[in-house]
Amino acid sequence: MFYREAGQFKTSYEADQQVFPILQDKIGIGAILIIGLVVVPLTGSDFMITSIMIPFLIFSLATIGLNILTGYAGQLSLGSGAFMGVGAYACYKLTTIFPDANLVVLVLLSGFFSAAIGMVFGLPSLRIKGLYLAVTTLAAQFFLEWCFIRVPWLYNYNASGAIEVPERTGFGGIILSGPAASPLTRYFLVLGLVILITIIMKNIVRGRVGRSWMMIRDMDIAAELIGVRPLVAKLSAFAVSSYVCGVAGALMVFSWLGAAEPAAFSINLSFQILFMAILGGLGSLVGSFMGAAFIWILPVLIRFGMPAVGIDIAAETVEHTTRMIVGALIIFFLIVEPHGLVRLWQIAKEKLRVWPFPYV
Amino acid sequence: MNAATETAVAAEATGEPEVMLKVENVSLSFGGVRAITNISFDIRKGEIRAIIGPNGAGKTSMLNVINGFYHPQEGVITFKGAARSKMRPYEAASQGIARTFQNVALFKGMSTLDNIMSGRTLLMKKHFFWHLFHYGPARTEEIEHRRKVEEIIDFLEIQHIRRAPVGRLPYGLQKRVELGRALAMEPELLLLDEPMAGMNLEEKEDMSRFILDVNSQFGTTIALIEHDMGVVMDLSDRVVVLDYGKKIADGTPEEVQANQDVIDAYLGVSH
Ligand SMILES: Nc1ncnc2c1ncn2[C@@H]1O[C@H](COP(=O)(O)OP(=O)(O)OP(=O)(O)O)[C@@H](O)[C@H]1O
Ligand SMILES: [Mg+2]
Repeated sequence: MFYREAGQFKTSYEADQQVFPILQDKIGIGAILIIGLVVVPLTGSDFMITSIMIPFLIFSLATIGLNILTGYAGQLSLGSGAFMGVGAYACYKLTTIFPDANLVVLVLLSGFFSAAIGMVFGLPSLRIKGLYLAVTTLAAQFFLEWCFIRVPWLYNYNASGAIEVPERTGFGGIILSGPAASPLTRYFLVLGLVILITIIMKNIVRGRVGRSWMMIRDMDIAAELIGVRPLVAKLSAFAVSSYVCGVAGALMVFSWLGAAEPAAFSINLSFQILFMAILGGLGSLVGSFMGAAFIWILPVLIRFGMPAVGIDIAAETVEHTTRMIVGALIIFFLIVEPHGLVRLWQIAKEKLRVWPFPYV
Repeated sequence: MNAATETAVAAEATGEPEVMLKVENVSLSFGGVRAITNISFDIRKGEIRAIIGPNGAGKTSMLNVINGFYHPQEGVITFKGAARSKMRPYEAASQGIARTFQNVALFKGMSTLDNIMSGRTLLMKKHFFWHLFHYGPARTEEIEHRRKVEEIIDFLEIQHIRRAPVGRLPYGLQKRVELGRALAMEPELLLLDEPMAGMNLEEKEDMSRFILDVNSQFGTTIALIEHDMGVVMDLSDRVVVLDYGKKIADGTPEEVQANQDVIDAYLGVSH
């Protein structure tokens, strides 16, 4: 009813190519930004910020990373957990080598390490596709996990075999990581990077490079005959995707967990990210946020929502219920709506656009 | 055969337009299957050259050889004066060869606009850094190409489906979008593989008009595979006829139509 583009005329291609060409969408995104930047920090409890918002943002970022590769470029990957691990370990080593550097810079740099590793493991994609490629990324997952355990240099020969986040400062002495970093500082650091990277990713996918990924995804032969070089397109997708996953991995350890064992980057993490991408919608950045929100926030809602309506529920039951719901939904979406939650959202918007008429 | 030689001789004598593409003694086989046997012909700059023949004659294979998708075992192809025995599809595209496919090969998950934009890939500069911020030269360039693409959309009269995902379009429109995507490459040589297959009369007339307009307005040289004889006779300047991978005739539509081998091939006389 209120979601209308009638009367909003575009007089230049520039205006027509905006990310949010419709006024209502602009208002909506503005509202979300205000909630994220002002309302949550002002009203959210420490629990809300550290256990819900920060992980939700980090998972959204990782899901965006996987979505670049699987959703946009059509290359199925089961190695996102390990690529996140590469980012985390790279960041850990960087903070060791450059203790005085600004943490944000190091986090952004660590993504390049996982980008490089991602490209190496992306090489098989030039020959194989689909399930077979998934198997080689699985090999990457296990190989990298093995490295995290067997190469003590990576965790500075720590007796526990885990990485523990040191205290690091930036921006004129603000403590950004370690036990003394305040939840709000960590939240703003994560939020800032997520916003920055999301904008950059949106710019990439709507331009020439993003189109070349989608061309390879939809019809690789035609793409090649039009002049896309499969080598360049696929490896750049692996690089960008792994970069984003790497940054997400670094944030996961430095801004959320505070410490991590190799098991944190296991195949389970890869699957969790994949489920978020599928549920939210492959090939959509907004969907990445929806998928991450759904899978991360649903258990919290069940846990605190059920007692609120008078039903007592044990912790294990929460976990089992979430698994069942998420599992069922994944099957539902794979069969009925492969484009995920975001597609349902788009359909709703299309209906609103033409309301009260059922057809255009 | 005879007719072809005569035409070629006549061409040299009268100083006809230069040859854009020359195929010499090309043979292509897949394992034991001979798809093309020792075929030679040429395409002159600015003409519409039809390639016809019964099913399985090797027409599509011929186009695939021309744009580098298949590599012939024997023979030489000369494009714009440069001879080659094989090249990558990427090189063919960058030298100005575009094509459409017998079974529509659009990017199903993308809109009409993005599909046609994708044809601009090679004409775009890199500007990767600027793309990250959608700013400066990257933005200017994107808008410049959008303008070109809109011209093509206007030309093909598909403004109304600009935003539609191509997977949802009817077949006839998909073929039109595919032509648009090929035109967006601003090719010198356009290869069309059965652009009118499965269309009704009205759609065929539209498509014929577009092909003629592309040829006359943009000066694009066209190689056209088509089964509808009426269309071939009306549109093409010269026709080459293939049967079982061999060339059986080459010449003007009238010459080819009168050729006994061609009549036999189409009526299925036993060899
Ligand atoms: N990739 C391939 N592998 C094996 N055989 C092939 C391949 N491509 C074509 N052929 C064979 O080559 C021969 C010529 O096929 P082609 O597709 O070029 O014929 P066509 O003239 O385009 O026919 P149609 O009118 O049916 O499109 C056929 O016998 C076909 O089976
Ligand atoms: Mg064919």
